[in-house]
Amino acid sequence: MAAGEGALSRTVCETTVQIRNADGLHMRPAMQFVDTANQFECDIIVSNGENRVDGKSIMQISMLAATCGTRLKIKAEGQDAEKAINALQELVEQKHFDEPTPGDQKKL
Amino acid sequence: MKFVDFVCFEAIIPELRAKDRDGVIAELVSALDKAKRLKRGKCDEITNAVLKRENEASTGIGKGVALPHVKHHGVKDVVAAVGKSSVGIDFSALDKQPVYSVILLVSPVDNPDRHLQAMESIFRHLQHEKFRKFLRQSSTAAQIEDLLREVDENPSLL
Repeated sequence: MAAGEGALSRTVCETTVQIRNADGLHMRPAMQFVDTANQFECDIIVSNGENRVDGKSIMQISMLAATCGTRLKIKAEGQDAEKAINALQELVEQKHFDEPTPGDQKKL
Repeated sequence: MKFVDFVCFEAIIPELRAKDRDGVIAELVSALDKAKRLKRGKCDEITNAVLKRENEASTGIGKGVALPHVKHHGVKDVVAAVGKSSVGIDFSALDKQPVYSVILLVSPVDNPDRHLQAMESIFRHLQHEKFRKFLRQSSTAAQIEDLLREVDENPSLL
């Protein structure tokens, strides 16, 4: 892509999320994450400080082995970057992958 | 975590006898049982639990690999069996392709972090095409064990 209008329309969006479900980012949540990420056109990079991985690859996301409490930085780059970041943030922090959080388990 | 920390080398099956998903899972769990890595009398229960998990969502992550797994009180620590099939198994994988390498993982229920660490270590290697190829080409249990030990010691080989 030539530098110019194409480059200008490339939105970059970033956020940090914290894993809240007790079991962490195991395979099922990792698949939900990747499914959500793949609904968007933008590139998505997730990092835990040690590794930077492709947010659209199940192998790479699983490699983060993010336990409950881990903070992950999500960076999206592309036209729909903002929408992608919002959707992923909601999945991790509001829905916590439809799984119990440590607080829920105490209540049981 | 390294492969040697959780892979049971006595439960490596270089050519699985079973030709279907359920049979493969039963064969691998049974190999762990024979190697005395499961609590006594838990073999069938664990097999059924892995199948139940597999029916919820396929662990066939694509590129010829599947990672059936379950958290179960029938193990004290994370343990894995490795099996290979030259004919290819239908795991309803994400990429709809047959599976040639299966790593079956059983983790204790009360330690989710340790389960994640074992998964991390499996995926860290599986994402390398070279590792998947070496694994698929290994034809004996000894070759598979050597491969796992080698990448443990020298990850830069990949």
